[in-house]
Amino acid sequence: MVSLTHYLLLSAVLFSLGLTAVLVRRNAILILVGIELMLNAANLNFVAFWRFGPAPDQLAGLMFVLFAIGVAAAEAAVGLALIIAVYRHYQTTDIDRIADLKG
Amino acid sequence: MTLGFTLVGIITLAGAIGAVVFRQIVHSVLSLALAFTGVAMLYLQLDAQFLGFAQFLVYIGAVTILILFAILLTRNTGPSLSRSPFSNGWASGVLVSAAVFGALAWAIRATPGLAQNAPHEANASVKAIGEALLNHYVIPLEMIALLLTAAMVGAVVIAMNERPSQSFPQPSRQNDVKGS
Repeated sequence: MVSLTHYLLLSAVLFSLGLTAVLVRRNAILILVGIELMLNAANLNFVAFWRFGPAPDQLAGLMFVLFAIGVAAAEAAVGLALIIAVYRHYQTTDIDRIADLKG
Repeated sequence: MTLGFTLVGIITLAGAIGAVVFRQIVHSVLSLALAFTGVAMLYLQLDAQFLGFAQFLVYIGAVTILILFAILLTRNTGPSLSRSPFSNGWASGVLVSAAVFGALAWAIRATPGLAQNAPHEANASVKAIGEALLNHYVIPLEMIALLLTAAMVGAVVIAMNERPSQSFPQPSRQNDVKGS
């Protein structure tokens, strides 16, 4: 039987992989990809806690994820627009080269 | 663990690992779509059918395609292919992620009462979700509609608003012409 622990551990692995992508990759687009992975891990936690919680008839957990998906879509659109604007300016999306504010 | 959960978990984690390690950005994003598919299947396993299909539509149908378009618009060939796709301090990044995972796993293992909770029947039909959205959650629903509209307008404004004179690094010559 699959218990809540399994879902939480899977979500923890997913979150750590997203964090790895944010910390390790050079390309700004892949940093956004890592953020999306972390958001998905959080959403998976919400759904798992809703399903295994004391009151699955109250739809609060589901609603949280539904609104989080909406906010994440808006975040992806704005983030990619920012990356495209930065790319127009610097002709690169490599965040190690976008360092003009570095003193 | 059942076979279904194991399979879906392997699909999700394989997609996520591929998204982190592939050298080509396009391969990374396609692998990310696989991870999103796995998460959607996990939602289906958790009796959240509506959410699973919303995940399919929004993440695989919209977010992945959006990221692919952004890659096509910002594609830079040449020096990026010879350079490593990973940042110089990648080892410390991996170390930090491993530490975060260790802390999370320890917290999950140390919390009592997570393993023995048996799930009972859940009623997450589309009818129930729609009634909840339009009764109890109607203000957040309107807020998110407003937020999405503002974000779309903002994204278009940010991505379009660069005048052609700014992208060329010759502002001094224009000033001279204006001054004389």
